[in-house]
Amino acid sequence: MTAPFELTDDSVVVVIGTGAGGGVLANELAQKGVSVVALEAGGRYLPEDYVNDEWESFGQLAWLDPRTTSGDWRVAKDFSGLPAWIVKAVGGTTTHWAGASIRFQDHEWKALTNYGEVEGASLLDWPIDPREMDDYYDKAEKKLNVTRTNGNPGLPGNNNYKVFEAGAKKLGYTEVHTGRMAINSRDDQDRLMCQQTGFCFQGCKWGAKWSSAYTDIPEGEATGNLEVREKAHVARILHNEAGKVTGVEYFDENGDLQMQKARVVCVAGNSFESPRMLLNSASNMFPNGLANSSDQVGRNYMRHMTGSVYAVFDKPVKMWRGTTMAGIIQDESKHDPSRGFVGGYELETLSLGLPFMAAFLDPGAWGREFTTALDEYENMAGMWIVGEDMPQSTNRVTLNSEVKDQFGLPVANVHFDDHPNDIAMRNHAYDRGTAIYDAVGATRTFPTPPYPSTHNLGTNRMSENPEDGVCNKWGQTHDIANLFISDGSQFTTGAAENPTLTIVALAIRQADHIAGELSAGNI
Amino acid sequence: MLSTQTRQLRRLTRRDLLKGTTAFGAFVLGSSYVAGAGGAWATEMDALKPETFATLVQMARDIYPHDRIADEYYVAAVKGYDKPEEVDAITAGIDALNDAARNMHELEYADIGWERDRVDVLRSMEDDPFFQRIRGGLVTGLYNQKAVWPVFGYEGESFSKGGYINRGFDDIAWIG
Repeated sequence: MTAPFELTDDSVVVVIGTGAGGGVLANELAQKGVSVVALEAGGRYLPEDYVNDEWESFGQLAWLDPRTTSGDWRVAKDFSGLPAWIVKAVGGTTTHWAGASIRFQDHEWKALTNYGEVEGASLLDWPIDPREMDDYYDKAEKKLNVTRTNGNPGLPGNNNYKVFEAGAKKLGYTEVHTGRMAINSRDDQDRLMCQQTGFCFQGCKWGAKWSSAYTDIPEGEATGNLEVREKAHVARILHNEAGKVTGVEYFDENGDLQMQKARVVCVAGNSFESPRMLLNSASNMFPNGLANSSDQVGRNYMRHMTGSVYAVFDKPVKMWRGTTMAGIIQDESKHDPSRGFVGGYELETLSLGLPFMAAFLDPGAWGREFTTALDEYENMAGMWIVGEDMPQSTNRVTLNSEVKDQFGLPVANVHFDDHPNDIAMRNHAYDRGTAIYDAVGATRTFPTPPYPSTHNLGTNRMSENPEDGVCNKWGQTHDIANLFISDGSQFTTGAAENPTLTIVALAIRQADHIAGELSAGNI
Repeated sequence: MLSTQTRQLRRLTRRDLLKGTTAFGAFVLGSSYVAGAGGAWATEMDALKPETFATLVQMARDIYPHDRIADEYYVAAVKGYDKPEEVDAITAGIDALNDAARNMHELEYADIGWERDRVDVLRSMEDDPFFQRIRGGLVTGLYNQKAVWPVFGYEGESFSKGGYINRGFDDIAWIG
């Protein structure tokens, strides 16, 4: 039930991207009667289209347009053209995400205040009070039907979780459970309960995991107020002499350049494409790109301090069976500088299929040290580490004019160097993760390096002062009142938690704000 | 042991290949057919010299040695290089591998008996683009063959079987 809007209709809100930020924002606005055109670079894939095959699914869903990398992070060496494992499709990376839905801890909203100045880091406090978020987190948890909220039971623990939980308890960890997951633990919201199929990263074929592709997007379309244009690849955002944005130029599925007029533009293309669009929109009036008088667009790229620990046991685990992210240990997520770093980290089970394990266990490795590990694949358990990394102004997305995409547009270069705090935290987490598995009899453990990034944050960050960031507490850019940032790129700091729930909560909140401002005639 | 087989093949290709003879249970027909001893694997060459291909297969096994994976899967993993546009690059790469092998062990690569000695040769060239290309291609070429997954216990697709909700997602018995 799409609502076709004219290209010349300058009353619409254009939302660029349809994932956790854009997809939710588009629906929330449509529910309020606001006319929305959502431009999505990818095609539309639904549960019947998803495939239980890692590489085939990767080819179907992943954003594979060219990007380049630099910096000392190992991803730049091992996956130089693939800095992120994110999705180009209606629903964005909500098709691929694991489903972990946990709130920020209060102290994480005020990282600078609570951690103090950290050398080399560009820490700031969010310009949001944690109590302002309570209602929006409630709404987000309800929308995503998160387990262990709203009366939903937790998911049952799979084999991988049972190993993880037993090890955690032997070490004395107490905050150990099967997670708060946006995966139905019972049939609800017209979606089935989890069938323990695995392949959460390849799109949930049961629709048990929340994705905007088959929830918010069709709900918004059903109102008649939302039109999603698929395979619409944004080239640049246009503005008038008054410095207000007026429309968006994009390449349609035939490669023809189109221009959709707009009253408001909301950017939600994930933390590489969002700053890239702003930078590629440079003009005489805004020679450094839109909303970039601060020179902060693209800076402070965060990707979470990540890593994995896999372990081999003398008996089978079969970790691939069931929910991919099947449980969590939260004891290390506190801020406790006595550990030698600020901020904290979560430990969450993770499994990869054999093909991806070969690619990611120790990228570039070969010979028997590597192959004897894979030989024990059936006996492996695994966990992922996700912790708060330090924003650094030199970790940034810039335009690489030497490399062009299929439309001739400069691609994003992603530069990232680990901060000493990130390294100290990762080493601590490797040590704890290894100890967890050793406690239950691991015969061999593997401190596995970070994968291409899935949590991409911070490149258009919120700030109280316009010189410190790109947007204000509503995601509204400091420079241009009718231009908003609506994805994880608005994060001031990353916190230790998987970001999707917070992206969704911020999108619901932003929809309230934009609708109010539209009604008031302020934008 | 492909090492033994490839040595046999190499002798064949040197002495007998063009004569179209067979020996050691390996069939060599004309100049474009390679078969492992005992008929364990066989493949027709489209472009590469059989001895070049046999060495490439040995190299593939030495990069990712899995003793429970039969030769035919390594053959399949590198067969994509057997095409006219790859001949120069692959032949040059294998020639360089043999040069390094002769320098280090006074033998051609596939004639070196112990894996550890062949691995020494590979280590000496692991930063070369040729080595990295072959290694990188094997990550998908070998491990994305569904037929090898059972060797690792990996079960692959599960949706069509209803997932594991009734098929042992939590069947681990040895953990507390």
